[in-house]
Amino acid sequence: MNKINKSNLTAKFVALSLLFLILFLPPALLLFNVNSSLGFSYLPLYIFISWLLVIVLLAWLVETHL
Amino acid sequence: MRHEIASLIIGLGYLGFLFLIAAWADKRAAENKSVINSPLVYAFSIAVYCTAWTFYGSVGRAAETGLTFVITYLGPTLAMLLGWVLIRKMQRITKAQKITSIADFISARFGKSSWLGILVTLIAVIGIMPYIALQLKAITLSHALLTNFPNTTSSQMQPSGFLSDKAFWVALVLALFTLVFGTRHLDASERHEGMVAAIAFESLIKLIAFLAVGIFVVFWLYQGPLDLLTQAAKHPNLKANLGLEQVPGGALGWVGGLALSTLAFLTLPRQFQVLVIENVNENHLKRASWVFPLYLLIINLMVLPLALAGLMLGKGNPDDYVLTLPLAAGYDLLAVIVFLGGLSAATGMVIVETIALSTMVSNHLVMPLVLRWQALHTNSNLNLSGWLLGIRRVAIIFILLLGYLYHSLIGDSYTLVTTGMVSFAAASQFAPALLIGLYWRGATAKGAAAGLIGGFLVWAYTLLLPGFAMSGWLDISFIEQGPWQIGWLKPYALFGLDNWDIYTHALFYSLLVNLGLLIGISLFTRPNHLEQTQAALFTQGLRPEVMQTSVWLGQTSQGELYQLVKRYLGQGASNKIFSLETATSNLGAERAETAASPRLIAKTEQALTGALGSASARVLVNSVIRGQALDLDAVLSILDTTSQALEYNKRLEQQSAELALIGEELRAANERLREVDKLKDEFIATVSHELRTPLTSIRAFAEILNDTPDLEQQQKQQFLQVIVKESKRLSRLIEDILDLARIESGRLRLELSQVNLTDLITDAATAITQIYQERQVELRLELNIPAALVKADADRLQQVLINLLDNASKFTSKTEPLVELSLEEAGNSWLIAVEDNGAGIAAAERKKIFEKFHQIKKHQASNQLAKGTGLGLAISRGIMQHHGGLLYVTEPQKLQGARFVLELPKNSH
Repeated sequence: MNKINKSNLTAKFVALSLLFLILFLPPALLLFNVNSSLGFSYLPLYIFISWLLVIVLLAWLVETHL
Repeated sequence: MRHEIASLIIGLGYLGFLFLIAAWADKRAAENKSVINSPLVYAFSIAVYCTAWTFYGSVGRAAETGLTFVITYLGPTLAMLLGWVLIRKMQRITKAQKITSIADFISARFGKSSWLGILVTLIAVIGIMPYIALQLKAITLSHALLTNFPNTTSSQMQPSGFLSDKAFWVALVLALFTLVFGTRHLDASERHEGMVAAIAFESLIKLIAFLAVGIFVVFWLYQGPLDLLTQAAKHPNLKANLGLEQVPGGALGWVGGLALSTLAFLTLPRQFQVLVIENVNENHLKRASWVFPLYLLIINLMVLPLALAGLMLGKGNPDDYVLTLPLAAGYDLLAVIVFLGGLSAATGMVIVETIALSTMVSNHLVMPLVLRWQALHTNSNLNLSGWLLGIRRVAIIFILLLGYLYHSLIGDSYTLVTTGMVSFAAASQFAPALLIGLYWRGATAKGAAAGLIGGFLVWAYTLLLPGFAMSGWLDISFIEQGPWQIGWLKPYALFGLDNWDIYTHALFYSLLVNLGLLIGISLFTRPNHLEQTQAALFTQGLRPEVMQTSVWLGQTSQGELYQLVKRYLGQGASNKIFSLETATSNLGAERAETAASPRLIAKTEQALTGALGSASARVLVNSVIRGQALDLDAVLSILDTTSQALEYNKRLEQQSAELALIGEELRAANERLREVDKLKDEFIATVSHELRTPLTSIRAFAEILNDTPDLEQQQKQQFLQVIVKESKRLSRLIEDILDLARIESGRLRLELSQVNLTDLITDAATAITQIYQERQVELRLELNIPAALVKADADRLQQVLINLLDNASKFTSKTEPLVELSLEEAGNSWLIAVEDNGAGIAAAERKKIFEKFHQIKKHQASNQLAKGTGLGLAISRGIMQHHGGLLYVTEPQKLQGARFVLELPKNSH
């Protein structure tokens, strides 16, 4: 059982990394590369929010599953 | 010159304070009360990643190229996501093999190759030099700005000679500081506790300083972030939209930058130092893996506001905005705090980087030379441990002076950004050998060396040489037209690949060449035995049992080993290895003659590795061992057998678990079969018995009729009636048994149609009228629902109803026999209840009556059994279940007797 859990955990870390790549690579990035009414892009807001999201998920994974 | 002296005192005072922290941490470590034994300190020490480049450069980058700065911090986040898998593996290997630096790591992975160690060290020194120069520049510039603002702008300062150049003195002070921090012990694999504590503290200071200036700008100079944004939007000088268009190279540049920062985070010598070598406990990695990215996120929050505010201020170099903003507003104290933050960022980087590089230089460049110097090596009276520390100290001074030289010759033509990125790209060249070496056993030393050389040359051609051209050392036409006017050789657009940003371009070509050579040459070269052993140890690094394999098999005496260790590590360390009581005692004459065990040889090699690096340690141990030093064939086969055995073991375990599971299932199935078999036997016995009873009487009467022809006509008639009755009973029984068999085997065919229960009940009541009249039982029907529709087999349902009514009539009270049948609606079902006014069924009996051949005594008082086969209720219940309905007994409601309820799902269509 222990071994199964361990490899499962690795899979979780890999899955989270894939989520990171989806969030921070062009297709998703381009979706938010739109100007707001002030003339600034929404991209910085998107980057910081998804960054925080990934960190929170990682913290949750590490603190509860490891 | 208003603050010249004051700022100097503050700066030096701060460094002095850092030194006190380090000394305190070292003292605690000696008392076994380590202060750095905490995941938070570990996370903050990793934050040495944020250098002056972050502190001053990020804002400059944001002002010029929008979001570009953030890529540098997203990469490490990605690396930390995989930290528990990847970095932990490196930590395990490093601890097991006492590895001292990234050069040592790569050299050890590929058979402790000295050449690879030299190669990695050279690339690191050349590649990182600009980065160190950058920190010197940042300290000098920020100090000049602090003291001269607003009179001179930094870039116009021209030092007249190196003695009057502040950068030179900064380099010297930092060198002294690093000497004190970094070379307290000889054993480089022993952690620098004081240094780690000091840089963790510095990380805290730079975070606080950066947040302070950010909050000051957003909430003091402006009324919050919205106000800042609105004003920035209206400002005429500002055309930035902070989108992807501003990033050099657009989306492609973004991807390249992300790859670059991810790889560099793992391969920069100082990051390897704090991430892997200085790590106290691998469990610290857990919390650090999210705390460190959070640190990066927080320190980056203020970059964009500062950049926008700086652009609106419109004065000076964007790299200086962090300092000019508080200075221009007249808040000198805040400016001093910012200066200290920047100083923290720069000194932290310089200290760790210099220690890492000096270890590499002394272990991989100088030591191999010393070992070749026969006179030094054979003179056994010479104590070399002092020399080793001396070499490392000289290396520190040498590296910092080299950094200063780079700064004074080329530094001014580069902004902070460019320099950092060039170093990142150089460090990334270690990534293929490091990461592929960790997972692919087939990677060989020749492949790694070719990859490193190829990648480094491409890096130099696409980034370093154009950098020289930009600073005027080479003709600028080198960049614009290519060397010798050959267009497709243009360093920023190799083979016509233009429109890429220069870093993505360089990273792409250098890694392509690096990876291609590493993989290609590895496939066509054979690793030697030591390489194979090390490859096996590294790729299986997460298995604790593999790392403990002792590999020395040659022979030597303990005395020879002792002399060797003593010469290089000093008496104290040697006595520890040979477990001698006091630090001054010597190995006894008797013990010196005895042969050293493989364990002791391995221990000695590890201790030497910790001080000299793995390649030199191997050479040294080899020099005192006679015969076949290392039976590597045997070792390799042991390793292979171990890993194969482990593999088999794992598979066997899995198989036996599966077998156990199947066995359990089989046992359960067997249990069920036995049960069924028992039931079947019982059933056959009962059936035979039930069949025999009528058959016996038929046969008996038939025999009487046969044997006595002169029987009276009346008696004959009577006997024949019995035979007919019993035959009927027999055929009914057989029909019931066949029905039951069909129901139980699931072969019962229902001919479903729309049935109105009211009609069906009326029909059943009519059919049974005869019997009721014979038994003088009253049947009362309560049918208030004209159309109760179900989908059912009308004949079968009628069979059930007649069976229930028939049963009920048998059990009524003798005085006023009465049976009531009612139809009710209950949610999605119809309920048909048949209730008699007899004695009722005891609660304990209620389940049993549905069993086969179970019969109830007709009246509790008498022992007489009711007539029937005992199968009626079992069949009825089976039929109901085939209809998706239920048949059960409940408490009597009206007549105090037995109450049977039929439940059938409604069919509205």
